[in-house]
Amino acid sequence: MTTKYLFSGFGGQGILFSGKFVAYKGLTDDKQVSWLPSYGPEMRGGTASCGVIVSDEQVGSPIVAKPDVLIAMNLPSLDRYESAVAPGGMIFADSTLIERKVERDDVKVFYIPATALASENGFPTLANMIIVGKVLKETGNYDEASIDATLRKVISAKRADMLEVNKKAMALGAEY
Amino acid sequence: MSDKVLMKGNEAIAEAAIIAGCRHYFGYPITPQTEIAAYMAKRMPKIGGCFLQAESEIAAINMVYGVASAGKRVMTSSSSPGISLKGEGLSYMAGADMPCLVVNVQRGGPGLGGIQPSQSDYFQATKAGGHGDFRMIVLAPASVQEMAELTVKGFELADKYRMTSMLLADGTMGQMMEPVALDLEVKPAPEKPWATNGTKMQRAHNITNSLSLVAEELEALNFARYEKYAEIEKNEVMYEEYMMDDAEICIAAFGIASRVSRNAIDEARRQGIKVGMIRPITLWPFPAAPFKAAADKVKSFISVELSMGQMIEDVRLATECKKPVTLCNRVGGMIPSPEQVLEAIIKANNGGAN
Repeated sequence: MTTKYLFSGFGGQGILFSGKFVAYKGLTDDKQVSWLPSYGPEMRGGTASCGVIVSDEQVGSPIVAKPDVLIAMNLPSLDRYESAVAPGGMIFADSTLIERKVERDDVKVFYIPATALASENGFPTLANMIIVGKVLKETGNYDEASIDATLRKVISAKRADMLEVNKKAMALGAEY
Repeated sequence: MSDKVLMKGNEAIAEAAIIAGCRHYFGYPITPQTEIAAYMAKRMPKIGGCFLQAESEIAAINMVYGVASAGKRVMTSSSSPGISLKGEGLSYMAGADMPCLVVNVQRGGPGLGGIQPSQSDYFQATKAGGHGDFRMIVLAPASVQEMAELTVKGFELADKYRMTSMLLADGTMGQMMEPVALDLEVKPAPEKPWATNGTKMQRAHNITNSLSLVAEELEALNFARYEKYAEIEKNEVMYEEYMMDDAEICIAAFGIASRVSRNAIDEARRQGIKVGMIRPITLWPFPAAPFKAAADKVKSFISVELSMGQMIEDVRLATECKKPVTLCNRVGGMIPSPEQVLEAIIKANNGGAN
């Protein structure tokens, strides 16, 4: 079983971090993983994306051209990658920032007003983790012990206060 | 097994270099390898090492020459245009038999080119790092784990043979994160009685330069160096075979191209096509023997490259043109897709080679 994720949005939304979390969670769960960011002469506030592969087998190419799971946190990302999603795949869209609906009818779509939820709940920078919570839930990977172990790897000891709030954000997304 | 951590390829190189005992890093920033310098800048001061951002690539490679002369493990890193600037220093160090590690995280060229991944410095790395008759040991990692392991190997081989090891990666390998175990075994550096580290008034001066004005002497130095190279060709070849046992088509690919090819091979096998891969890990010395052996078994070869057909020449030489070798490539920062490689495999299987 191999799942290819594409995380996309604009710089500052924690796109690379959310991809890193999902990759680390794969590592926690004894999977083979890769994480590859887009890099280039991007401007501040420009687009950011990263491809993550989580697999039971050795990962071949780390390039995610046809994601099984697309996380689109702004409209340009959805516009750009909607057509690339593998048939039968999933699209998670931040519906606070994306007003249009997904046009494809051969994929499962989840609209989560993550940016609004994050603000309302007092952690405005964690819209990304709200979506990650939903992604884990819908892909059958929401497992509190593994989430906790993974967060301890990606959050430095100095920021231990961020542990609980990240968990809260993910739970919020999972329950939405 | 030690705990695995997720690291970028570039960071894995830097950490592995420190584990290998390298305490001197000189460089000049360039995408897509800047994380190496950033990592060194953070770590070296904490462990009593030296990180220095030089005023140029040329300055950096000559600082490497200096530390190598003093007998310490030393490295620099850059990307394609920066490596061209280092060419003079590489030649001088070859002429002075100085060991060091040079990392090239390749980007698209020629010229300033772009910043996306490429393998188009293959010729430069394996045949012409600079002027004069010389070789560099060229190591081509295909995973973040190998980025770390071959960094250590690079230092060891450099010291063993008193020459430059080059780690030839590309933008994808540098930027990607994968799990890596850093419990690396390191052989201690050998004694370096030739080092210019002070005579203590007890021995004659050591000199580490490349000037040799007497033709007979310079010729003898070149002959001796090529005897050493012959030893390396005999002893240090590294490669990996994938599904070659019953293969009728053989892919030649290294680094990121081998990762993409693996996906294509798996798909072709599902379709019943007998295809395998020989992945050179050392580009010089080139694994000529396994290719030569494969030439007696397979119908044809496909060289999958992020260049205009560079390694394909070594495949043709190794196989003595016994079987057709075709090229499957993208360049300029583009990467072949598994579908493109699969198409090349299907074409070769249908006898469409050449």
